[in-house]
Amino acid sequence: MFSDTYILLYFVAIPLLMLAGVALCRNIRQIRTVAVIGSTALIALSVVVLLRYLNLRSGGDMSPMLFVNSWTWFEPLHINLAIGVDGISIAMLLLSSIILFTGSFASWTIEQPKEFFLWLILLSTGVFGFFISVDMFTMFMFYEVALIPMYLLIGVWGSGRKNYSAMKLTLMLMGGSAFLMLGLIGIYYHSAPAGSPLTWNILEIASYNAIPQNWQYFLFPMTFVGFGVLGAMFPFHTWSPDGHASAPTAVSMLHAGVLMKLGGYGCFRVAIYLMPFAAKELAWIFLILTGISVVYGAFCACVKTDLKYINAYSSVSHCGLVLFAILMLNTTAMTGAIMQMLSHGLMTALFFALIGMIYGRTHTREITQMGGMMQILPYLSVCYVIAGMASLGLPGLSGFVAEMTIFVGSFKAGMADYLAGAGSLRLVFTIIACCSIVITAVYILRVVGKLLLGPVQDEHHRQLTDATWWERTATATLILCVAAIGCFPDFFNNLINTTFSPAIFAVLGM
Amino acid sequence: MDYSQFLSMKQEIALLVVFVLVFFYDTFMPKSTQKGLPVFTIVLTLLATVAGFCTCCLGTADSVVSFAGMYETTPVIAAIKGILNVGVVIVLIQSIKWAGSDSMVVRRGEFYELLLTTLFGMYLMISARHFLLFVIGLECASLPLAAMVALDKYRYESHEAAVKYILTAVFSSAIFMMGLSFVYGLTGSLYFEDIYFALTGKMSTLLVVALTFVISGIGFKLSLVPFHLWTADVYQGAPTTVTSYLSVISKGAAAFAFLVILAQVFGSLYSEVWEGILYALIILTITVGNLFAIRQRNMKRFLAFSSISQAGYIMLGVIAYNTMGMAALMYYILVYIFSNLAAFGVISAIENATGKVSMDDYKGLYRTNPRLSFCMMLAMFSLAGIPPFAGFFSKFFIFTSAINNGSIAIYVLVLIALINTIISLYYYLLVVKAMFISEDECVIPHFRSACSERIGLWITVAGIILLGIVSCFYSSLLDMASVSSIGMYFIG
Repeated sequence: MFSDTYILLYFVAIPLLMLAGVALCRNIRQIRTVAVIGSTALIALSVVVLLRYLNLRSGGDMSPMLFVNSWTWFEPLHINLAIGVDGISIAMLLLSSIILFTGSFASWTIEQPKEFFLWLILLSTGVFGFFISVDMFTMFMFYEVALIPMYLLIGVWGSGRKNYSAMKLTLMLMGGSAFLMLGLIGIYYHSAPAGSPLTWNILEIASYNAIPQNWQYFLFPMTFVGFGVLGAMFPFHTWSPDGHASAPTAVSMLHAGVLMKLGGYGCFRVAIYLMPFAAKELAWIFLILTGISVVYGAFCACVKTDLKYINAYSSVSHCGLVLFAILMLNTTAMTGAIMQMLSHGLMTALFFALIGMIYGRTHTREITQMGGMMQILPYLSVCYVIAGMASLGLPGLSGFVAEMTIFVGSFKAGMADYLAGAGSLRLVFTIIACCSIVITAVYILRVVGKLLLGPVQDEHHRQLTDATWWERTATATLILCVAAIGCFPDFFNNLINTTFSPAIFAVLGM
Repeated sequence: MDYSQFLSMKQEIALLVVFVLVFFYDTFMPKSTQKGLPVFTIVLTLLATVAGFCTCCLGTADSVVSFAGMYETTPVIAAIKGILNVGVVIVLIQSIKWAGSDSMVVRRGEFYELLLTTLFGMYLMISARHFLLFVIGLECASLPLAAMVALDKYRYESHEAAVKYILTAVFSSAIFMMGLSFVYGLTGSLYFEDIYFALTGKMSTLLVVALTFVISGIGFKLSLVPFHLWTADVYQGAPTTVTSYLSVISKGAAAFAFLVILAQVFGSLYSEVWEGILYALIILTITVGNLFAIRQRNMKRFLAFSSISQAGYIMLGVIAYNTMGMAALMYYILVYIFSNLAAFGVISAIENATGKVSMDDYKGLYRTNPRLSFCMMLAMFSLAGIPPFAGFFSKFFIFTSAINNGSIAIYVLVLIALINTIISLYYYLLVVKAMFISEDECVIPHFRSACSERIGLWITVAGIILLGIVSCFYSSLLDMASVSSIGMYFIG
């Protein structure tokens, strides 16, 4: 049953089974059971795949991806259902299943649970399908499957200006995917050297490396912007604060924790992996844009008073850092980028879960109207402090590992450029991006000081009760994972390092 | 004359037999048995469809040219006729409730007969290889439609729509034939093939004028911008069943005929003349259709403008001018039939039960009628091109085929079309929002739709889900297209 041929397909099959299960459920208890069992199975599956993967790698299997398989779908157009994973995808699969698991706990008492879980699971089907695909067509298809449920999830279960935010988010992300679709079709038509059949398969395209350079100049920006919109790249980030602020808790968690990673992953897997030449030539444009994301997002978070907006802008800043590091085009920075994806995914999910729990009790997210939560809700407050410390890079937690790796890598790239006389853009932007750490400390400590410490602002808040068992499960799981990355960075480092296939990085000169 | 030639017109003859039987049933059967007329018609049409598909799929449909080259049938042509037939069957199933209503019950025979006549006309349009036959088909497909639009005898809008429709239809036919007369003057023939060879390498101003006239004549039928002005009023005024017929079947047939004429008659002028014209028409059609759809509150007008912009996407398969484009066009029509008929099925179900057709009436529909809302949502997602529904695949394939052409101009065109899909997504989501998100005091109460309506919706929903994921539909269309006789006119 767990043969290497089919094992990856379970990542799509389990969510589909969950969909069917939830559709048959009669009451919220059954739905919860299905969601928890399904997501636990997904975590178990990710761990099994992870162990198998490491086992095969240590056995000396050096192929760029493992568990590779392909089934013909639309034969005349060379569209296949091609699957395969490397260390990066496995890290992402692990992340997604953890967030889905905790998200199920975070939406324990949601209204209209059936529809909510149907959409949420459909969304995660798209996410899992995306991470296991190596065929651009199926990848794109799953990408869009993951985007569209957001509209209804925010529109129906959201709060605040939910109609506006849902529409804005959907249209902006789909707008990005319009560029992406053109880019992908363009890549398809230039995928193979003359004489060979065209292909959508990323591994084959990378091994041909036949996309003409003048076309790379056109197709690279298309695909990078297309995925970059989802990665909240400046100036296409504006959907993110509104969308996250209006979304219900579990959706914010999944969206910031996993969906935004689709952007970073796609930028790496499609734009850079397939078009290294243009990546090298055009990196400076996107470096400037992502550099702005990093700093601008952090500054915005400093002035917002709505907890969700603060965290959404902090996501813009942190996800900007992911794209920023990918564009440094060296192994250290890229490892850091993947670490940052993992770290930010867990950390921001924790934040959004906590904000949702606090909001569910106080019915406000304005930090000016709250205070002294540490006395009233000690468990949630301590968790919040831990999440904050992870975010501002306290050693021992995940943020430190990721950001440290990124900045070391970026600085290396910047110095190399500078010494080679290739300008100091990378160096300057690395230094600017480093400043974001300080700004992060400002907005995190501001919230901690205002919200958790200090006097109680509203006497009604004194009656609030602390976390329930399901809330504790969700937060504790996330904190454990954050700490695990922080304490055992080497493990994840090795996992990611088993990935980089020599072929493509030879082109980049890495 | 060799009468065995008539045997090559298998599908037309089958349709004619259906028509005659329905006519006799309607006219001569006793009143007590009249209740069976709708089912009788549907079963016969279904049989004709199945027979057509059998010959098509078993590979026994061969390419025949008969009547001295006036009439041609190939597997592709048999397939597109089969696709239209499927659409007609769904329309007929959805119409049962309406056809059985008090005001319609005495006239439903006319409805079926007129519908079958127009379908016959479309068959001729598709198969014609001589402009005389083509014009007969065109008129046969247009004029009875005006009577169908006016079927709601006691409703003022229905008359108005019929008058608008017949005036524009006649006007566009006149323009079309004016263009034809120029072509005849230039080449001395009305055979497609003769004209093609006579025109090769000959450019003149008169030819450009003639081609423009021909394009605008068919543009009226396809409701391409700027020839679309009749569309919204007619769609709104006509009975909903007729509107759905008009928006999918009539449009699908015209689109395919358009491809045939442009390739087989004017193929040699592709890059010189009509690529540019079509380029501009596509951009205009998609953009104007989309922008006007945003403002509509009446669901039928809304779908009218949405169908205008969809016609623009269909034209991408023509401008691609290759086998892939032709297959993508046929596939797009197939998927469009299912998606649009799902939308119209919901609209007519709601209209039959409550008489409401405004988007504002749909607010909160999900709470009272979850299944209908779900169908409508699938239809909207499919029309907008959201995976994993069929609309995504048809859009993707039509874009891919257009880009196969390779020029930068086409990349720009596809980018414009893609940006337009975002605009269209906006207004399709408005419907979804009204049903799922908005709350309203006077929600349409829960009602149980008629059995026929439910069957129709089940078929369309199954189509929306399966047509994309199951790859054999597109692949077999592409196989057929690559051996078709039109193929030799394409470049490369």
